[in-house]
Amino acid sequence: MTWIGDNLGLIWEQLREHLYLAIVPVILGLIISVPLGYVATRYSWLANPLIAFGGILYSLPSIALFIVIPAVLGTKVLSTVNIIVALTIYTVSLLIRNVIDGLRSVPPDVRQSAIAVGYGALHRVVAVDLPIAVPVIFTGLRVVTVANISMVSVGAVIGIGGLGELFTLGFQKDFLTPVVVGVVLSLTLALIADLILVSLQRILTPWARVATPVGEVA
Amino acid sequence: MWEYLTDSFNWSGNEGIWARILEHLWYTFAALGLSVVIGLPIGLRIGHTRRGAFLAINLGNAARALPSLGLLMIAVLLTDQIGFLPVLVALVALGIPPILASTYAGLSGVDPATIDAARGMGMTGREILTKVEIPIGMPLIISGIRSATLQIVSTATIAALVSLGGLGRYVVDGLKLRDFPQMFTGALLVALLAIVLDALFALIGRITVSPGLKIG
Repeated sequence: MTWIGDNLGLIWEQLREHLYLAIVPVILGLIISVPLGYVATRYSWLANPLIAFGGILYSLPSIALFIVIPAVLGTKVLSTVNIIVALTIYTVSLLIRNVIDGLRSVPPDVRQSAIAVGYGALHRVVAVDLPIAVPVIFTGLRVVTVANISMVSVGAVIGIGGLGELFTLGFQKDFLTPVVVGVVLSLTLALIADLILVSLQRILTPWARVATPVGEVA
Repeated sequence: MWEYLTDSFNWSGNEGIWARILEHLWYTFAALGLSVVIGLPIGLRIGHTRRGAFLAINLGNAARALPSLGLLMIAVLLTDQIGFLPVLVALVALGIPPILASTYAGLSGVDPATIDAARGMGMTGREILTKVEIPIGMPLIISGIRSATLQIVSTATIAALVSLGGLGRYVVDGLKLRDFPQMFTGALLVALLAIVLDALFALIGRITVSPGLKIG
């Protein structure tokens, strides 16, 4: 317990780095996969290869990506960019399927009506298609956010890993407390992030609150 | 990196690439086997009786949030030893949740009308499980084992941190020596192994689909 008190600064520092390393890729991944998913629904022959490719990328071990990326990008091995790029790749490879499925879930008559009332292509995507796709996209977003938060710590093996550095520290000093603190904080972070996404989804889809029967999760 | 990979000296012997791959596979399948032996029966029981569904669903979700590295370090520090045992404990702890959750999901997705029909034909509970629920749930059961495998294969890399062998050795040793080609070799081989195992399970998934499910 005294260790925690003495190292609050360090813990706080790693927590902030952890959050940064986990969340930035989610945002970047979302920015990339939404337009990509939209293109894949317009040119539907693209959809299946994209989803399959995403599946392969997602199966790559994170530690492998953390190391291969600097070789490809020419960044330093100990640069946070590697972690961010790796996790962005995971985010896109998982989200692309949800974005495509979500956009496909827009009923054709809804789309037709939007066109009939005079929505332009871009306006329709933003104001009609995407909001309808929100529940499906958010399902993927929740999975990938939680996975990212737990994956950041693997970066500690190569020296950058937010809370993961507490794991290596505890291991080197043969001391359980930092490891437990790291695990508990990482789990808490994942839980809070998930709760925020659930509430965000509720705010973005006010109609779902009326439409879904009590007890059923959208 | 090619120099490292094409040097035959690096491939043979006790610490050669083949030996490391075999070690890696040994950790992976030992942990996977144990995870199946523990996770599958529990998942089947929950799926069949529908009791404890809450546990099955939430365990699957919570496990995704579990940092594998932290789990490994806790296993090492709690068992107070370095080597195979703590690694096995950590890998099995990562492997059980996806298997348990998917097995439950596979069984709970079976149409209740189908189960009623089976019962109406006079099948016993055991027969319903083995002849109806498991075949119908098989695709999801296999996909659970598949995600457990991926999780285990990548975490087995970390085993090198606690002085075990496997492909992680290249990553950990390479990092220590600032030997980048060696690190890269390890990373590449782990990625290849993951892709091969994933393809293998995709194949198994296709083979084990009951012929009755392929119609339509």
